[in-house]
Amino acid sequence: MSRPPRASGYFRTSYAQDLALVGTRFERTSLGVFILALLAFPFIASAFQLDLACQVFLACVGALSLMLLTGYAGQISLGHAGLMAAGAFTVGILFRETNAPFWITLPAAALVGALLGIIFGLPSLRLRGLYLAVSTLALHFVVIYIGGEYESRRGFSTGIVIDPPTLGGVAISDGRVWYFILLAAAAATLLLCVNLLRARSGRAWRAIRAHETVAEALGISIAGYKLLAFVISSAITAVAGALFAYYRGFVSVEAFSLFLTIQYLAMVIIGGMGSLLGALLGAAFVTIFPYIIETGLLALPGAQRYASLLFAVNYAGFGLVMILFLIFEPLGLVGIWHRIQSYFLLWPFKHRSASGSRR
Amino acid sequence: MQLIVNIIVLAAIYALLACGYVLIYRVSRVLNMAHGEIAMLGAYLLYTTASLFVANPFTAIAVAVVMSLTVGVLVYVLLMRKMTGEMVLAAILTTIAIGILLRGLIVLIWSAAQQHPLQALHFSNPSLEVFGGARISACAALMVVMTAVVYGGLFAFLRFGRWGVRMRAAGQNPLLAAQRGVNLNAIYALAWALSSLSGSIAGMLIALDSGLDQTMVVIGLKAFAPALVGGLDSLVGALVGSLIVAAAEVLAIHYIDPLLSDVVPFLVLIGMLIVRPWGLFGTREELDRV
Repeated sequence: MSRPPRASGYFRTSYAQDLALVGTRFERTSLGVFILALLAFPFIASAFQLDLACQVFLACVGALSLMLLTGYAGQISLGHAGLMAAGAFTVGILFRETNAPFWITLPAAALVGALLGIIFGLPSLRLRGLYLAVSTLALHFVVIYIGGEYESRRGFSTGIVIDPPTLGGVAISDGRVWYFILLAAAAATLLLCVNLLRARSGRAWRAIRAHETVAEALGISIAGYKLLAFVISSAITAVAGALFAYYRGFVSVEAFSLFLTIQYLAMVIIGGMGSLLGALLGAAFVTIFPYIIETGLLALPGAQRYASLLFAVNYAGFGLVMILFLIFEPLGLVGIWHRIQSYFLLWPFKHRSASGSRR
Repeated sequence: MQLIVNIIVLAAIYALLACGYVLIYRVSRVLNMAHGEIAMLGAYLLYTTASLFVANPFTAIAVAVVMSLTVGVLVYVLLMRKMTGEMVLAAILTTIAIGILLRGLIVLIWSAAQQHPLQALHFSNPSLEVFGGARISACAALMVVMTAVVYGGLFAFLRFGRWGVRMRAAGQNPLLAAQRGVNLNAIYALAWALSSLSGSIAGMLIALDSGLDQTMVVIGLKAFAPALVGGLDSLVGALVGSLIVAAAEVLAIHYIDPLLSDVVPFLVLIGMLIVRPWGLFGTREELDRV
C-alpha cells in the first residue's frame, strides 16, 4: 500500500486539520479546478463522450465497493457480477411486477445487496483466500441462475425492459442529466468510502487484512467486521447494478457474466490495491480501454477486415494488460502516479533520504 | 441404465479436467483458473494439426499432444514463474488473465464458429450399445478409458517415478525439497505440463464427441467443483468428487430441470465448503477458525 508522497514542511497542528479531507491550498485549488472541469464536461462533450463518462462513473461505484472489500478488508470476492446482477434484477422485477418508482427500487436493491452480502460473507468467517474466492464464485453462478430462471419463467427470455425513471413527472432520459446523476452517485460513494476507511471500521478492516489473529487479539470482532465489509460493499455494488439497469433501460443475465467480475477485479488490480484513487483510475482505464483498442484498430489500414475481430482483440489485449500490470507493476496506476509525484517533489534528487523516509 | 452411463461419462470428463487443477494446486498451491481455456486450446491445436496432417490422423494427435505439453511449460516459464510467492489473489488473477488472453487469441486465430475436429480427422463416432440397452458414443467410451489410463499413469508416476516422488516432496515442503536438491522450477514446469496435457486430452475428446466452441470454458469451470469437493490436493478425491458431482448433475437434469446443469456443480461445491472446506480427501490446511 503506497501513501501519497508529500513535500516537506507540511505539518498538521490541530485536530481539525487532521480531519480535513483536503489540507493544503494547492490541493484545494486543484480539487476545485477538477470539479469545475467535471461540471463543465457535459456541455462541451459529444454524446459518445458523455456516454463514456457515464460508464466510467458507473464503473467507479462498482470498483470502489470492490476496493473496500478486497483492497482494504482483504476478502477476495469473485462474485461481484452476481451482486450487480442482483441489484439490476431487483429493479427489473420490482418495476415489472409492481411498477415501483426508483425511490423504492434503489433502496430495495441496496437491501437485497446487503442481504446477499451476509450470504456471500458467511463463508468468509470460515474460509480464507482461495476457498473464499471459490465460494463467492459459486454464489455468482447461483444468483445468475436465479435471474435467468426468472427471465425464462416470466417470458422475458431476451431481457427485461425498464422505462427511464421519472423525477417530478419528467422522465430522465437526457444524457446530461444522467451524467450529473451518475457523477453524484460516484462522488457520494467515494465520500462514503473515504469516511468509512478513516473511521474505526477502516482501521479494523486494515488490521484484519494485515493479520487476523493479531486483529482478534487487539479486540476487533473479526466476524462482525468481515460481515460489515461484505454487507456495505455488496449494498453499494447492488446499487451500482440498479443504476446500470436504469441507465441501460434493460436487464439481462447476459450482461453479468463472469467477465464483468474479471473486469472489476482488473480495475482494482490495474488501479492499485488498497487505494481509493486506484479504484477510480482503474475504473476509468478499464472502461475506456476497449474504445482505445477500437480506435487504434480502425486506424490501421484495411480496417474493415478487422472489424469482426474487435471483440477477440479486446479480450486478448485486456488479458495482456492485466498480466503486465500483475507482473511488472503490482502497485498499479496509483503506484506510477505516486512515483511521478515523488519525482517532482524530490527533484533534483533521486531518492528520499533514508532517515526521513515515511514509507 | 442410460442414466448410469451418462453419469460415468460426465464423471470421466470432470475427472480428466479436475486432475489438472489438483496437479498444479498440489505442487505449487496455485489455483489455475485458466484450465478450461487451456483444455480448449488443446482441442483447437488438435483441430489445426488434423487439417495439417490430413493423411495421418495419429501423427496429428501425437503432435497436438506434444504441443499441449509445451503450452503448459510455456505458461509456467513465461508467466507463472514470476508469480511464485505472491499473494493468493495475484496468482489467481494472473491465471484468470491468462485465460482471457487465451480466449481472445483462440477467437482471433480460429474464429468463434463451431468446429468439428472429428470430421477433420476423418474418424466416425458410432453409437455403441453396452450392458442393459444403454448407448454410449465411441468418443465418450474412449473418454472413460482415457480417464482410467491417465489416472493410472498419474498414480504410478507419483508413487514410483523418480520425478513423481520429487513432485510430492515439492508439494509437501518446497523449502526442504529444494534443500535436498530438487529443482523446484523444473517440478513446477512439469506439473503445469502434465496438467495442461490431461486438460488438453479432455478438451480434445470433448471436442471429438460434441464439436468445439467457446462453451468448453464453462465445462472447465464446472470441473473445478469436483476438484474441490474431493479435496484440492488429492487425486483420489478428484475421482470421487467427479462421480459425486456428475451424479448430482445428471440426476438433477433428468428429474428436475435441464437448466440446472450449470448450477448443480456449484451448489454441491457450496455445500461442501460449508460442511468440510478442505474436501473429502484433502489435507486440512490453514483453514482453522481464527
